[in-house]
Amino acid sequence: MIPLSAYVGLSFILFMTGLLGVLIRRNFIIVLMSVEIMLNAANINLVAFSHYLSSMAGQMAALFVIAIAAGEAAVGLAIIIVVFRGKIATNVDQINLLKW
Amino acid sequence: MIYLLFGYFATVSILSGIFTIALKNPVHCGLSLLSLLLHVAGLFVLLNAEFLFAVQIIVYAGAILVLYLFVLMLLNLKTEEQYLHKKYPFFLFAGVAILGELLILVFQTPYGGAQGAATPEVVLQTGPSHAVGITMFSDYLLLFEIVGVFLLGAIIGAIVLAKTPTAPAAGADR
Repeated sequence: MIPLSAYVGLSFILFMTGLLGVLIRRNFIIVLMSVEIMLNAANINLVAFSHYLSSMAGQMAALFVIAIAAGEAAVGLAIIIVVFRGKIATNVDQINLLKW
Repeated sequence: MIYLLFGYFATVSILSGIFTIALKNPVHCGLSLLSLLLHVAGLFVLLNAEFLFAVQIIVYAGAILVLYLFVLMLLNLKTEEQYLHKKYPFFLFAGVAILGELLILVFQTPYGGAQGAATPEVVLQTGPSHAVGITMFSDYLLLFEIVGVFLLGAIIGAIVLAKTPTAPAAGADR
């Protein structure tokens, strides 16, 4: 039996990988992909606890996380297309329209 | 055997995650994200979540990733010289420090919690997908409906945002 802490540790490593991706990359799409990595890490955590606590709640939460991720990808990629088409910026650190 | 499978899925998913944020070419990043998603799906099988395994492959690897690759190819992003943020060593240091702290905490904490009713035997008796469906359409029905409305909002928002802008004269009656 694999200990629960192995799954939680794996989930932490993946989450920090995603967080680092958001922090250090300049490309829009890679930043969104890093958010997907973080959501996947959260899913592993939810399903692992669901398995070890014999409860369905974690799997339900993971399913809803996947649905939210689909919506987030659609809206995020639409925003990226708008930003590119308007020639507002080509990298994340150049977007400062809302800065004052 | 199960240790071997867990080790394989865990190692490959961590490596693909690192490749996703470290590779220079965005298309290569997308493909390593695909590998990450497939191996996370393998982990779901090890955790007795067969329905989530199917959903992960169909929705994540099949739909979301294809959307990302479409946009990547559509925008034709150039691979730039400076593809990392200017202050990345600071962020890298902070991230690795937090990761180390969290890992130490995780492996020290004793784990405990209230056991639920869905033990593997019960789930096997009703069937995994059946059990997921029963739970989703009884206890989580309201949440399910809210997610439906949310997805509708996301679709409309994406269409409105990405619509080709028309000239003001042509679209005066809108």
